[in-house]
Amino acid sequence: MLNFILRRLALIVPTVIGISLCAFFFVRVLPGDPILAMAGQHGVTPERYEILREQFGYNLPIWQQYLDYLGNVLQGNFGVSLSTKRPVLTEFMALFPATIELALVAMLFAVAVGIPAGIFAAVKRGSWFDQFTMGVALTGYSMPIFWWGLLLIIFFSGYLGWTPVSGRISLTFFLRPITGFMLVDTLLYGNWPAFVSALRHLILPAIVLGTIPLAVIARQTRSAMLEVLGEDYVRTARAKGLSPRRVVNVHALRNALIPVVTTIGLQVGLLLGGAILTETIFSWPGIGKWMIDSISKRDYVVVQSGLLLIALIVMAVNLLVDVLYAVINPRIRVK
Amino acid sequence: MKLMKSLFAATAIVALAAGAAQGKQLVYCSEASPAHFDPGPLTGGNDFDATSHAIYNRLVEFVPGGTEVAPALAESWEISEDGLEITFKLRPGVKWHTTPYFTPTRDFNAEDVVFSFERQWKEDSVWYNYLEGMTWDYFQGMDMPKYLKEIVAVDDLTVKFVLTEPNAPMIANLAMDFASIVSKEYADKLEADGNLAAFSTQPVGTGPFMFVDYQLDTVIRYQAFADYWDGKQPIDDLVFAITTDPSVRAQRLLAGECDIMPYPAPADIAQLQNDPNLTVMEQEGLNIGYMSYNVTEPPFDNVNVRKALTMAIDKAAIIEAVYQGAGQDAKNLIPPTMWSYNDAIPADEYNPEEAKRLLEEAGVTDLTTDLWAMPVSRPYNPNAQRVAELIQSDWAAVGVNANIVSYEWTEYRERGKQEDRKGPFQIGWTGDNGDPDNFFATLFSCSAIGVSNYSMWCNDEFEALIQEAKTTSDQEKRAELYTKAQEIFKAEEPAMTLAHSRVFMPMKKTVLNYKMSPLGNHSFKGVDIQE
Amino acid sequence: MSEIQATPAPVKAEFGAGLREFWHYYSVNRGAVIGLVVFTLLVLIAIFAPLIAPHSPDQQYRDALLVPPMWDAMGDPRFLLGTDPVGRDILSRLIHGARYSLFIGLFVVVGALFVGVILGVLAGYFGGWVDAMIMRVMDIILAFPSLLLALVLVAILGPGLFNAMVAIAIVLQPHFARLVRAAVMAEKNREYVTAAKLSGASHIRLMLITILPNCLGPLIVQATLSFSNAILDAAALGFLGMGAQPPTPEWGTMLASAREFILRAPWVVTFPGLAILITVLAINLIGDGMRDALDPKLKRS
Repeated sequence: MLNFILRRLALIVPTVIGISLCAFFFVRVLPGDPILAMAGQHGVTPERYEILREQFGYNLPIWQQYLDYLGNVLQGNFGVSLSTKRPVLTEFMALFPATIELALVAMLFAVAVGIPAGIFAAVKRGSWFDQFTMGVALTGYSMPIFWWGLLLIIFFSGYLGWTPVSGRISLTFFLRPITGFMLVDTLLYGNWPAFVSALRHLILPAIVLGTIPLAVIARQTRSAMLEVLGEDYVRTARAKGLSPRRVVNVHALRNALIPVVTTIGLQVGLLLGGAILTETIFSWPGIGKWMIDSISKRDYVVVQSGLLLIALIVMAVNLLVDVLYAVINPRIRVK
Repeated sequence: MKLMKSLFAATAIVALAAGAAQGKQLVYCSEASPAHFDPGPLTGGNDFDATSHAIYNRLVEFVPGGTEVAPALAESWEISEDGLEITFKLRPGVKWHTTPYFTPTRDFNAEDVVFSFERQWKEDSVWYNYLEGMTWDYFQGMDMPKYLKEIVAVDDLTVKFVLTEPNAPMIANLAMDFASIVSKEYADKLEADGNLAAFSTQPVGTGPFMFVDYQLDTVIRYQAFADYWDGKQPIDDLVFAITTDPSVRAQRLLAGECDIMPYPAPADIAQLQNDPNLTVMEQEGLNIGYMSYNVTEPPFDNVNVRKALTMAIDKAAIIEAVYQGAGQDAKNLIPPTMWSYNDAIPADEYNPEEAKRLLEEAGVTDLTTDLWAMPVSRPYNPNAQRVAELIQSDWAAVGVNANIVSYEWTEYRERGKQEDRKGPFQIGWTGDNGDPDNFFATLFSCSAIGVSNYSMWCNDEFEALIQEAKTTSDQEKRAELYTKAQEIFKAEEPAMTLAHSRVFMPMKKTVLNYKMSPLGNHSFKGVDIQE
Repeated sequence: MSEIQATPAPVKAEFGAGLREFWHYYSVNRGAVIGLVVFTLLVLIAIFAPLIAPHSPDQQYRDALLVPPMWDAMGDPRFLLGTDPVGRDILSRLIHGARYSLFIGLFVVVGALFVGVILGVLAGYFGGWVDAMIMRVMDIILAFPSLLLALVLVAILGPGLFNAMVAIAIVLQPHFARLVRAAVMAEKNREYVTAAKLSGASHIRLMLITILPNCLGPLIVQATLSFSNAILDAAALGFLGMGAQPPTPEWGTMLASAREFILRAPWVVTFPGLAILITVLAINLIGDGMRDALDPKLKRS
């Protein structure tokens, strides 16, 4: 097992270096000028421009800039945002919990609805339920989620007034973040109404972000389930006269869920991508919105370090999924 | 352990909040996060709303809802005969905020004033560069280093500004946000602690509201300052709920999640106006959206061609389709609310036939040109792309073929000011201080070519008038000079003046005494909530 | 979802019979047939857009700004689905927009397929350091959330439809490369390849003529999925202001530039979104049908 993990880690090192190179050079070739991007409507004088260039090291050869950057990153210094002058890592840590909370709840929603739907559809293959569920799933999978989010806001927040329009919690609650996860924090404070408020704020964004993973999971569960139900051992179990429910629960489900777990893990990148759109629509203060704002503000340092941090997280999660998969399914380890 | 500690601290805050919850809370859905909380180097209107107007004061301030300058931290001032010395008498007994991170030991005094300016000015000050890559944008932009000779603390409550030459707009400049007065004592303490950066994240001011907490990109909380020199505010808590999308802001207001919001999308205004719980205040904006012809580029070097092209544009249609009624046709560079506005100038005429004839007369046929459109929405032009689409179709009718070009916003301005830029260039301006000089000289003086004169237009007669107006202190005389300058501007048409946008401020009916500022800032001083 | 298990079946000897068999399995799936019909209609609409559209997509009716759809009391019979903020007919713009969306899908798939197949075949066939290099680059691309990477690439290249398509193709291409590599690695030691090798076939011949056709099935399915992903991603980029620029009647861009009217004139937001949904759904239905028809495992049951 350790061997397997080490082998995976060795593969990751060149990828991480590649990612840092990409993040660094992408930002270097972005059109526009970081120094001018910092200045306001009055611009900067040429003398001041030179001083700033030197201060930020933009006058150094590009490879040296890269090495300096890498050195700083290894010491945990991801640079300072051009617009807010705050350390990028501080901002990232402040906003990341919001994205994680949203993504986790979205995933929870997708799993809680998707897996049972997939199982039922498989068990009742060909029934109206199966057809209906799979139709809905495919529609969900085809959904432009930015549009879907807008429709939901119009209907539930605008027309019915059931859910709040935007924000993470009602403004009447003033809780200083402990973990940054609103649902956890409100419980830590023991403030029940605040918890309910946070939950109400989460529902719509989580549904929007969870729509595509839900569709993917439902479809994946169904096909995995169908495959397992066709296997000999399940047929044997059935032939032995076990109740259909027992066959599904004990024999089929456990094996069918292995590929589903992988699927869930693979959704992480997709979720972070979807978070960009969801957060934009709901004005959700997370890293997706932070990144897109920074791209349009030309906050070069944030774009560069943000890309790096996000890619590292995706990689870490993928590694975790691989390891988990290897734990569940020992066959994969010997390759 | 750390968790327990923060839990205890948090419980204390909850208790505090629970107590405060009985007070009056005003929620303002603001349009963007402030970069930080030191108004000196900041540039955005949203930055100033969250800093200078809530937390700080200036020596002199614009009266609420106007552009006239009134005493604030300075009780009075005197300008010497030669116009080279301005002496301010400071207000005694002004208290600095007492916050968990700083307890002041003395009142506001002359030292603070000198420090507030010298940190932006003297490069040897540790504060000149206390944040990585900072620039004192407004201090530089308003040419303060050129006009200031020295600032002297005569005694505790007297400060003298010595100038290098007379400068009529100086007092108005000192009412601007960058001139906010910060605490020297607090700065010294942070310097001793080696924690300079905290100056921008944990602000201490003399203003009506004290900073309580900021959650990045989410919410800023303030509390009324009990010892405010002008009396405690009627509301107890001020909350900025940061909501960047205008439609979402409007929906939050409709849903009651906030009490007041700025910059509604033009499309939402009608609905907001029709809501029985809301009022929508409105006002002329102190701004101009225009399109600069490059007067050095043929055929735009021919004044008749410029006039013909302007004449071919259906401005009324643009104002309806893009400004959605929230704009007003601009016939001059300055908005009608500003003194010296020349109302005798006739409005631009829309006449495609005549335009076509003029173009033919000038020998311009089959003209193909670039047409620049800003990539971002600005207060003076909510959608330059859409304006460009409309102009494109209008010009097509007179045989002019326009290609719409756009670049990233900083890139756009950089390319726009190149003297060999091709094609008319959409841009605009929002006034900084209500002085006409801030429009005429900033945008169309000869020295602004390559900076913010996007027409490359340098007209001797116009230049003489605006330079004279700058050094004259008699306002009536100045107004006369600017009136004349506007005639020249119209006769030369270096730019097509498109529109002044109207500014709307929707709020709940329960919000009382809010005054809209023509300068586009949002101050909640004196605002009350009906319960 | 976008990862398709590479389980290629050797190509059938007679192409015609294969096609007939494919259609036999494909046509069993009702959804897939509906998808195909809708898609065919969309293609026809796109081709004949100038003939079908009642108005020019750029014609501005200054007297008819934001007119609601015809069936609304305030509607105007000239404009079936209403007009946009500068008075252009929405139906006509949607019809012309079909051209953009289908072209985007086609361009991206062809681009991604071309590059992905080359890289995948090279990596799978040669193995060793070539494989390691190519696959690390693919890993790097896949480590970034695809929409984010596309956004940054477009920011670098400059907003615009063409650049958006290039960015999306780059982002989607690793899926093809991985798929082809896996298939090639599985195939290259089979008897028929060894036989071809022994009879003196060149590398290129082996890679392209002998091995590649055998991974065609999963590639086609992946291509269909990428087609719909490309349309969605392009629309998302357009929505974020980084894709096609107005006044191009691209659906995502139409949505973005009309977003401010969501409360006042919901139709300018509803119809482009619906058009995207229908198109993507049709393509996904086709993709599902193809996968089922090409997957030998499901054929058994």
